[in-house]
Order: sequence, then structure tokens, then C-alpha cells
Amino acid sequence: MEDEVRVPINADADLVPARAAGRAMAEQLGFPRPDPTLIATAISVVARTIVVQVGRGEIVLRPLQEADRYGLVVIARDEGPGIRDVEAALRDDYSGRGGLGLGLPGARRLMDDFEVESGAETGTTVTMKKWRFRDELARLREERRRRA
Amino acid sequence: MSVAILRQGDYLIASIQSDLSDTEVIELRHELAELVGRYRVRGIVIDVAALDVIDSFVARALRAIVLTAGLRGAETVIVGIQPDVAIAMVQFRLNLEPLRAALDLDAAVTLLDRLTQGAAEDGG
Repeated sequence: MEDEVRVPINADADLVPARAAGRAMAEQLGFPRPDPTLIATAISVVARTIVVQVGRGEIVLRPLQEADRYGLVVIARDEGPGIRDVEAALRDDYSGRGGLGLGLPGARRLMDDFEVESGAETGTTVTMKKWRFRDELARLREERRRRA
Repeated sequence: MSVAILRQGDYLIASIQSDLSDTEVIELRHELAELVGRYRVRGIVIDVAALDVIDSFVARALRAIVLTAGLRGAETVIVGIQPDVAIAMVQFRLNLEPLRAALDLDAAVTLLDRLTQGAAEDGG
């Protein structure tokens, strides 16, 4: 797909270009501050999860265009053994206990949509999206639609 | 080296020059712990203005630096957290205890002067 950016993740040094690519795409798409930083921070967490859990994988970044809103999707993919208890991994690790201690709950708070699919055969895919409405009217329309 | 470390009187000033990999963050932690003893400094300022991202790993490493330096008798102040990074850190709900921050280098040195003087007067 056009405009897609792929960053291979094989070592912790690869987090640096992954964060930079996410920030660059967010800025290019017109995300206002502080969104590019929020997106770069969330990418850092999911990329590190790949390095720590599996050792290798990739981050795929894609722009999203809809009538009323634009967005960016980050897909973090690995072919590792999977996360046994996805729900536990996403449980808040604020206390330093529970979860994987890698910050996935924090990354989820920085993004709008956050999904984890994990299986022993298929590896783990984290898909997270950030959205921005094109204008305030579009945002209000969406809010009304949701409440209705 | 992605971090420039200078000694200024009783303090170490560590200026991060560019985005750091996790390995470099860990190296910084070891280096600062070592330098506190070698130069017998009483305070450390870490300038993080060059960091575009402070996530859970970096926050944990900064906390570890503060605690390690504390056990070696030095206070630590973080300076230069960018506004967007500060927003991200709050939204992330990072555990920031016991990080102490100041807006810039001057404010950090003033804060360190107060912290280390207080300790001397209290008799440690």
C-alpha cells in the first residue's frame, strides 16, 4: 500500500527509528501537538515489547483517511510464541505488579483504539489507532451519533 | 557519545544530545553512579530536552538513576522535559516518584543548592 512505512525491529536500537517514523508520519498527516509525541511514545512501548518478548518483528505505519476524520494506524507484529494472558498484559501495571511491566496499558491510554491478537501459532499483533476529526463540526456530529 | 557529562563545582551536568536507545539509557545510569563517587559530587542535573519520548522504560531508568545517586549521596534534578513529552507522561500515568524536575539549568542549580545545603545543615 502506498504511504506505508515498515520498520524492522531486531534490537533495542531499532526503537529510535520506529519512534521517529511514527512522529514524522503523524506530523505529515497534520496531527496537532501533542499527538505526534503521544503516537511516538506508544510506538516505543509496542516496539520494546517485541524486542523483550520475542527479539524480532516489525512495526508497520499506515495513514487512514475517512470522510470526517484522518488517522494513523500502528501495527506491531511478531511471530513469537504469543502472549499467554493478553488481558493480564493489558491490566494496569502502575503499581509495578501485574501486567508485563512493559507499559502496554500506558500505550493504550495514549491511543484511541488498541487491540491485541495473540496466539501460539500466529504470534502477536498489536493494532493501535489515533484519530483526528477534520473539524470541530465533524467531531460534534460523531459525538451526537455515538450518544444517539 | 550521546550524553555529554560535565563537572561544575559540586555538581555533574549530564546533557543528553539526541534520542537514546535503551542500551544507552542503561549505560548512562551506570556511568552516573560511577562518576558520583569519582568526583564526590553532591548533585546531578540531567538535561532531557533532546528526548522526544519518555516512556515507561526511560522513566524507570531515570527513577533508578535518582535512587542510585541518592544512595551515593547525591541529589538529582531533571531539566528540559518538553511540553508535549510532559503531557504524554501524564496521560501514560507513569510512576514518577521520586523524580524532581526544574524548567532549566539555572532553576535546577538553584534547587540543588537548596537541597544539598539543607542536608548539610541538618547534619545529613
